Amino acid sequence: MKITEQEVRHIASLARLRLSDDEVEKLGEELGQIKEFVETLNEVDVSSVDATAYILDKQNVLREDELKPSFDRELILKNAPAKEAGCISVPKVVE
Amino acid sequence: MKGCVKFMSKYDEYEVIMGLEVHAELSTKTKIYCGCSTEFGADPNTHCCPICTGMPGVLPVLNKKVVEYAVKMGLATNCEIAKFSKQDRKNYFYPDLPKAYQTSQYDLPLCEHGYVEFMVGDTLKRVGITRIHIEEDAGKLIHDPYTGDTLVDFNRCGVPLIEIVSEPDIHSADEAIGYMQTLKSILEYLEICDCKMQEGSLRCDVNLSVRKKGETKFGTRTETKNLNSFKAIARSIEFEIKRQIDELEAGGEIYQETRRWDDDKGIGYAMRSKEDAHDYRYFPEPDLAPIVLSDEYVNNLKVNLPEMPVARKTRYINEFNLPEYDAEQITNSKYMADFFEKATAVCNNPKLVSNWIMSDISRILNEQEITITEAKFTAEQLGELISLIEKNVISSAIAKKVFEDMAVSGKNPKVIVEEKGLVQVTDEGAIREIVQKVLELNPQSVEDYLAGKEKAMGFLVGQTMKESRGKANPGIVNKLLKEELEKLK
Repeated sequence: MKITEQEVRHIASLARLRLSDDEVEKLGEELGQIKEFVETLNEVDVSSVDATAYILDKQNVLREDELKPSFDRELILKNAPAKEAGCISVPKVVE
Repeated sequence: MKGCVKFMSKYDEYEVIMGLEVHAELSTKTKIYCGCSTEFGADPNTHCCPICTGMPGVLPVLNKKVVEYAVKMGLATNCEIAKFSKQDRKNYFYPDLPKAYQTSQYDLPLCEHGYVEFMVGDTLKRVGITRIHIEEDAGKLIHDPYTGDTLVDFNRCGVPLIEIVSEPDIHSADEAIGYMQTLKSILEYLEICDCKMQEGSLRCDVNLSVRKKGETKFGTRTETKNLNSFKAIARSIEFEIKRQIDELEAGGEIYQETRRWDDDKGIGYAMRSKEDAHDYRYFPEPDLAPIVLSDEYVNNLKVNLPEMPVARKTRYINEFNLPEYDAEQITNSKYMADFFEKATAVCNNPKLVSNWIMSDISRILNEQEITITEAKFTAEQLGELISLIEKNVISSAIAKKVFEDMAVSGKNPKVIVEEKGLVQVTDEGAIREIVQKVLELNPQSVEDYLAGKEKAMGFLVGQTMKESRGKANPGIVNKLLKEELEKLK
């Protein structure tokens, strides 16, 4: 089932993606197919299985509050397209 | 009787309903999911690693202390502690959040259904705590006025936070301040947050709506974000109450929106409208295992909780005979209460220590705009100063001068007294000489006194103290003045 144009545009805006009309149309189709595929899971009988949010048989994976060296700033900023004064520089954020 | 028109302001016809979301940065050494330092004020982006900057393929591991601190806060605020808790991703896109989601807790927070109680004037107020959950702080955005760009510092990214969400039980700015003060005290007593509001380690969002008294339906609420001083909280609340009532009275409508408070200008304004901005699409964090707490773990933290502010206040009233108001003021801050106890241990006079804290110390801290932990003088030094008064080495008046010096120089009171030659004169011969000189120089006052004007005595005492540069023992001055004046009758 196709995802509506409105839904595609909403999701795109949440992810700050700018889509052309053609892309909206195409993604509507594709996302619909993905959703349909995932929905096949609904056919499985899970009445005897407890609901879970975590699939591994693990709990309380914790670490001690101990300092580890941080990375060099140069390394942290290496992939940033623009930097200034030891910071990543981004277009002005207006609120 | 003349007709009396009772003035009823339109503001009195409304009821205010508030809930607070308080964020407290936990004072762990390291971040919530990695070993980077949480220290404030480092050079930008020097406390960062692939985990806290959201690089792909990394695996976060929860800091044990974060769980412990959050559970302690839950216990200290009468919450139920969850035996099973999980973490979730709260998705939103903003440059201060490199992962494009904040790891937080959605439907299974660590603590729920608690409350705190505090006094507002003479009334005991109870505010319900809906929940306390753990989450990570975001980075800091710095606006560069030169280039017009925004600079991103990720040092704060991943610093552990607890978010304390209250029930909509708060109805005035005074109640909001009382609630915030209570949480701050508890956080300080537990030693889990440094509560430096100016550094943002304790801050709050205020959800506020108004409705006509008697209405049962809530009005539309607004959320004023990131208030980081008591003054800003109180002023922004007063502003928003007035704005909403004025708007409604003018026939307008309140929109559900996020607002920001500009404390310099004293105005609040809308940031973004909620309906179009927020769709967090929470889902369980697949990289972090559930948190499962045993009764033994929780009980162990419970029995080891330190003495809380209310208990300490009661103890000060019973053990040291302090007035309730003084006990409340002193125990509001753990650091002040610790200071009080240390000073009392030195001079063994809790009432005098309390008086000093309530008067001169509070005044000097206000003047210097610092907290007691930042003061130049120590509790031990105050204790010594009080001992000097009690042993009659200096008078109370001189002690005030010595204290002014201590507050600036941090020197020991004994050293100041010696350096400045402030030791009290108790030698009757020396004081009698001064008294006689003063009587000679002020014949009019002597005449007035002898004519029955008791007030003249005060002037003569003052002149004698002045002549002795404040060092004469006031009791002896009084005694000798009376003796000498008696001779002149």
